Amino acid sequence: MRKKLYRLDRAGLSSLFDVLKQEGYLVYGPTLCDHAIQWLPLSSLDDLPAGWTTSTAPATYRLLRDSAGSLFHYWTGPDSLKKVLHPARACITHAERDNGSFRIWNETPQPVKRAFFGTRACDLAAVTALDRVLLQDRFEDDIYKANRAAAFFVAVHCTSSAPTCFCASTGTGPQARSCFDIALHERSPQEYLAEPGSASGSAALEKLAAPLAPPEWAKELAESCTHAAAAQQRRIDLNTAPVVISLNFDHPRWDHVAKRCLSCGNCTSVCPTCFCVNFEDHTSLDLQQAERLRLWDSCFSQNFTYIHGGSIRLSPKSRYRHWLSHKLARWQEQFGTSGCVGCGRCIAWCPAGIDITEEIAALQTTTHAAAMTGVSNHGN
Amino acid sequence: MSLILETPAAAGRPAMQPVAARVASIIKETHDTFTLTIEPPEGDPVAYFQPGQFSMLYDFGVGELPISISGDPERREHLTYTIRSVGQVTYQLVTRKPGESIAIRGPFGSSWPMKEARGKSVLIIAGGIGLAPLRPAIYHVLRHRGDYNRLVVLYGGRSPRDLLYRKEFAAWGMLPDTQALCTVDYGGVSWRGYVGVVTTLLRHVRMQPTETIAMLCGPEIMMRYATRELESRGLPPSQIYLSMERNMKCAVGFCGHCQMGPYFVCKDGPVFPYTKMKPYMDLYEL
Amino acid sequence: MATSQVTAALAAHPFLEGLNPNHLEKLAQLAFEVTFEPDQIIFREGDPSSFFYLITSGKVALEIAAPGRFITIQTLTEGDELGWSSLLEQVNKQFRARCIDPVRALAFDGPRVIAACEEDHEFGYMVLRKILAIVADRLTATRLQVVDVYSAKGAHGK
Repeated sequence: MRKKLYRLDRAGLSSLFDVLKQEGYLVYGPTLCDHAIQWLPLSSLDDLPAGWTTSTAPATYRLLRDSAGSLFHYWTGPDSLKKVLHPARACITHAERDNGSFRIWNETPQPVKRAFFGTRACDLAAVTALDRVLLQDRFEDDIYKANRAAAFFVAVHCTSSAPTCFCASTGTGPQARSCFDIALHERSPQEYLAEPGSASGSAALEKLAAPLAPPEWAKELAESCTHAAAAQQRRIDLNTAPVVISLNFDHPRWDHVAKRCLSCGNCTSVCPTCFCVNFEDHTSLDLQQAERLRLWDSCFSQNFTYIHGGSIRLSPKSRYRHWLSHKLARWQEQFGTSGCVGCGRCIAWCPAGIDITEEIAALQTTTHAAAMTGVSNHGN
Repeated sequence: MSLILETPAAAGRPAMQPVAARVASIIKETHDTFTLTIEPPEGDPVAYFQPGQFSMLYDFGVGELPISISGDPERREHLTYTIRSVGQVTYQLVTRKPGESIAIRGPFGSSWPMKEARGKSVLIIAGGIGLAPLRPAIYHVLRHRGDYNRLVVLYGGRSPRDLLYRKEFAAWGMLPDTQALCTVDYGGVSWRGYVGVVTTLLRHVRMQPTETIAMLCGPEIMMRYATRELESRGLPPSQIYLSMERNMKCAVGFCGHCQMGPYFVCKDGPVFPYTKMKPYMDLYEL
Repeated sequence: MATSQVTAALAAHPFLEGLNPNHLEKLAQLAFEVTFEPDQIIFREGDPSSFFYLITSGKVALEIAAPGRFITIQTLTEGDELGWSSLLEQVNKQFRARCIDPVRALAFDGPRVIAACEEDHEFGYMVLRKILAIVADRLTATRLQVVDVYSAKGAHGK
């Protein structure tokens, strides 16, 4: 049976927001905040950045007016769902002195029902990647698990691409294909196509009593997304990346990028899949209470690999190499998926304008095709 | 590697949830190294470990560290850790007094290939504090002596005063079908043992390389040279196992710090077959 | 020890593994067996270099004098070679060699070995190759000791 597709007008969209509210969801959406579009709780859809768009390029992110008045005519901002699902700072363990000994406990994470209104295909792919790392390997991250289980995703398909986008080449966009509860296509600021992606998505849409959409709308959506994909200038070849990386551990390009890289860690904090964390311990002034905080960490920090005697990756070159190798090669070996979803955030938010697509391409162009096949034949 | 283990998560406690445990005793092994025994809550999964695994030890308000378990896996009333005091957390841990508490998570990680080694000789090469994670493997062989052929323990230390478990080590050397040899980098006149790197002891080893499983733990430089030496003596790489050290903050693959090539040392290791580590050991700043 | 016994002892010594019988015989004629008691000094630092030894059993400490004490920098045991500097001309002993256990060894008079090498360059080349292998092994071992891998601060240079 084919899925029902609905036609929503602007009022219908607001009704969807209200339904989610009624079902107890705290609804997050893109909002204007600090000269960027960021994920924050919405009080109504009026908080969406209607009439705004963004312009991105290496080391560039600008807000611009959009005369069409669209609700969703912009792309990824500096933050992603990671900010909420895998928070940058969380207290995980408490301890309290007790009669010469101490009690120690982890709080059971309280699930907050959250709906994310306006997630993009790349960001949903990032959630799928994080699911694999934090839920589907040998252990479960209970904070992520609680947040993830209570999350509802209202996706928005991208029918145009930003200059920094390369999701077509990573196979993660521009059309959202999975992981959403409802997917929207903004045909105009007044007209939306809504497609359910889950039982709860269907149920929410049913409540709206919205009219069904004409069947050709789905075709039009697919065409728009195909155009958006074709318009992307940047790309990454994920199939050859693991081999290229393993063949080029000592490539001069790493020195070249190290001269530009500031080791600031911006790329890792804006990346929707970078999951690394560190821990910090705090005690109360009377030393009776202690807590352990979990904080986002970056593999660009010098102490990241510290073992007694020194850090393994001391040079910025080795830290960049680790980051790129992990994203494009190791991740596939570790989790069977790509660590890069083609969102392009690391390109826009790198203060030095380092472009991951350019870096891997530089390695690829100097790697002889025969050498690459040779390595693949050995099953490397 | 050898045994599939029930993880703490599977045992019903979240992987990041520590459990408080009382310190039973502290023994000073050397000027900077101490052996701590703790009493895990009775029947708690934290006490069920395989040789080569580690726990995360937490001291109140100071922090948490991965520490190899150095005791007998079949004595579950105590968990034993040999800790070298080199930083703030290790200092705090070794200055606990009996009756005080610390908190632990675990056990974590892969273990020594005790099953694969059955029917073969076991060659243990340890450097410095690296003897600690190998001691449970030695205990295992000694408890199940009939399952193994010869046991050879080669141990290198910095100087005689840095050697761990000296009485016990000497006793191993007296056992039938067992050789226990140690060497130091710097010896004084009163030291009548060997002086030189640990690989120089290999010439005294009597065993059939193809029927031997080697287990190595120590500084990475030492392991690199030892693996080369073992290979040159005819031990196939597939029969060599190494325990690797990397920065491990979470022990469950979430923090990302311990990655070494495609591996997370905490959950894929710390014990690896040399065949898996070989492509990565010579890559500087990997 | 009869020459045939010396030849057998030589052939069994790892130092001379793979040596051709003529060269082995030549070396055997230059060798004689020696024994030392525990704590006996085989040579002292600064001694003119004369003998070199192939240890067949026991343990020898190579020591260097520091004010008020000796530091052992290496121990040599069966299968090891001791005193290779006697095959160089005009070099005095660099270390003190002290027996820890009763030691048996095959001894060679350095100048006589050098003379034999000069006389038969093929033989000389073989001896030098064997010596070079020892020196290389010794150098690697020493470098690893210098690195001080077990130090509380981690290996030096970090």
